[in-house]
Amino acid sequence: MRAGRARKVRTLGTARHAYPLWFYLPAAVLFLVFFAIPTFASFYFSLTRWTLFDQEFIGLENYIQFFREPQLYQSFINTLIYGFVTSGLKVVIGLALAVLLTSALVGRNYLRSVIFFPVLVSTIGVGIMFKALLDPFDGVVNGALETLGITGPGWLTDPDLALLTIAGIDVWKGLGIACLIYIAGLVAIPQEYYEAARVDGASKWAVFKSITLPLVKPATGTVIILSLIGGLRSFDLIWATTGGGPGFSSDVIGSVIYKQYQAGFYGLSTAGNVVLFLVVTAIMVPISLMLNKREIEQ
Amino acid sequence: MNPSPLRRRHLSVAAASAAAAALVLSACSGGGSEDGSVEITFLSTSDEDNTALAEALIEAFEAENPDITVNLDGRPGGTEGDNLIKTRLSTGEMAEVFNYNSGSLFQALNPDQNLLDLSDRPWADSLTDDFVSVVSTDNGLYGGSYGSSFAGGIVYNGAIYEELGLDVPESWDDFMANNEEIAGAGYDPIIQTYGDTWTSQLFVLGDYANVHAQDPDWAEQYTAHERFYAEEPALAGFRHHEEAYESGYFNENYPSATFEDGGSMLAEGTGVHYPILTTILSSIRFNHPDAVEDMRFMAIPADDPQYTSATIWQPDGLYIPNTVEGEQRDAALAFVDFVTGPDACSVFIEAVNPTGPYVNGCELPADVPPLVQDVQSYFDSGNTAPALEFLSPIKGPNLENITVEVGSGIRGAEEAAENYDRDVENQARQLGLEGW
Repeated sequence: MRAGRARKVRTLGTARHAYPLWFYLPAAVLFLVFFAIPTFASFYFSLTRWTLFDQEFIGLENYIQFFREPQLYQSFINTLIYGFVTSGLKVVIGLALAVLLTSALVGRNYLRSVIFFPVLVSTIGVGIMFKALLDPFDGVVNGALETLGITGPGWLTDPDLALLTIAGIDVWKGLGIACLIYIAGLVAIPQEYYEAARVDGASKWAVFKSITLPLVKPATGTVIILSLIGGLRSFDLIWATTGGGPGFSSDVIGSVIYKQYQAGFYGLSTAGNVVLFLVVTAIMVPISLMLNKREIEQ
Repeated sequence: MNPSPLRRRHLSVAAASAAAAALVLSACSGGGSEDGSVEITFLSTSDEDNTALAEALIEAFEAENPDITVNLDGRPGGTEGDNLIKTRLSTGEMAEVFNYNSGSLFQALNPDQNLLDLSDRPWADSLTDDFVSVVSTDNGLYGGSYGSSFAGGIVYNGAIYEELGLDVPESWDDFMANNEEIAGAGYDPIIQTYGDTWTSQLFVLGDYANVHAQDPDWAEQYTAHERFYAEEPALAGFRHHEEAYESGYFNENYPSATFEDGGSMLAEGTGVHYPILTTILSSIRFNHPDAVEDMRFMAIPADDPQYTSATIWQPDGLYIPNTVEGEQRDAALAFVDFVTGPDACSVFIEAVNPTGPYVNGCELPADVPPLVQDVQSYFDSGNTAPALEFLSPIKGPNLENITVEVGSGIRGAEEAAENYDRDVENQARQLGLEGW
């Protein structure tokens, strides 16, 4: 133990750096100015009553106030629903599509690009487009349903439906990334396994269940982590489509914080951001540890 | 009208580019100051009506003051604009002159710290007391006036009233009886447009004059955290909104219709009553000029007819940051003097429809549309009160969403009013008011 530490110290002290230390200086300054200082400043401002003109230190009052928000509970539940629904759908549909798109399919590359295309479009643009498409009265979607004799619902204006509709749009938009990760995971599985299974006479479902599914687990972990983080701190798509409405029915923590900024409660909403950061961390760290542990066990 | 929900928000590309063009042009023509000329910037909202108005005012001002060039700079409306104003003021980057809300939003600018005191200007005495009180602090008067006042209540289609032989309702029950007849005749009795959420607040905000008529101290006690929306008389606004929803009198597309749609329904006569601000007249004049003469105004009826009165919003103020100095300060003062003084009256009246009386001594022209005459008649009979935002600094940011909940049947009136009482706590604490 002692020897180990001594060796460590020595290597640190005498290690020959590839570059002189001051080469790191520009990067360190950038990191400090654009990352470290703002982060600590926001922790500080979350403890103040801050009007942009002056600030007053009020301790934890903003946090108390934030948790007293009447809409907070609902928006917290909505955040969880949104995060887990989008993440779950991206895993299931993403894997299904990836399996389809790695099989011998006519126009495979074309279909891959079709599925990836929505990823390239701006989220706000997607939101505005879907808002127009899903308008209950002039929208194309309900217009099409009407020709089939179906009265379409108020996709974004029905309080029971709004959040799930947005989750659906989010899945449509983000599926390309999930699919891409899965395709990478699938092509990395050695063909020998499949050949061996085929020789043994395994059914397609058995092959999928016993070979494909276990071997894409690392990819599944990546998809879950990426989409869950994205879902929990989602804001832009919700803001562009419903603004959290009707009423508060599609509000998530992100939109509650934004509304506080809008109202000029800068200290309060900064406190909200700190809370959001802690919530996302509290959910993601155990999940990511769990997923990584399984990966190592394999 | 705190987080400026009751301001027209649509941003027109045309208006923005016009403002940009104006900037470029004036930048080209801007000479040096060696010949005694001065250049200042006027920051104003960049919606269509307002850009046209600002350009007309600048043109008239420059004709009288050839040495001064005024550049027009546009800003977004709504809360985005509020943040822009605060940021530019706090960083000392504000334009020499800017227009902005009066009342509670104005107080949030820390006027004593940031704005130039204008109490010695020649027009100061011509302002109405109501307006002076919403652009002043204990230490000074900070705002010139920018346009006419306007009312909030029910804008209705007078032609249909005439066709059905209806009288203007004095009480809420009369109003609902009228709605029943209107529905029977095949029109939509009440227009609601939750596509623009701010429009949902009028049942509550427009009802304030009725609250004030029953209890003139209500606003003061509300600010002191002694009165609540969850109790009468203020609860009536929420209650009426709920009743209106439950009666099924709304236009079918109310969840997604917008402010402009509401104007069209009113002008085309498919809908009859629209609880909204009288500023909608500008939009109707722009899109449906033939319908202007049919547009009428009534206050939101109280339960008891003796209290029915019209809620009045004060115009925006025109402000100068106190960081402006020297000849630019003189030029900025000259511009504010011109816009607030009598010389600009005709420019205002030509460029935009007045939607209520002016606050700086400008006379309304004799041939104002019937809607403006209706507003004036409430003034003449003394049945008006300022909107709550001019009497109290407290306005919760979520009122528009809370009223959408009431109007969509998501939540009942009492629960919504309680939620609103909790929502305003943030604002009161932010302002550091006592008793919260």
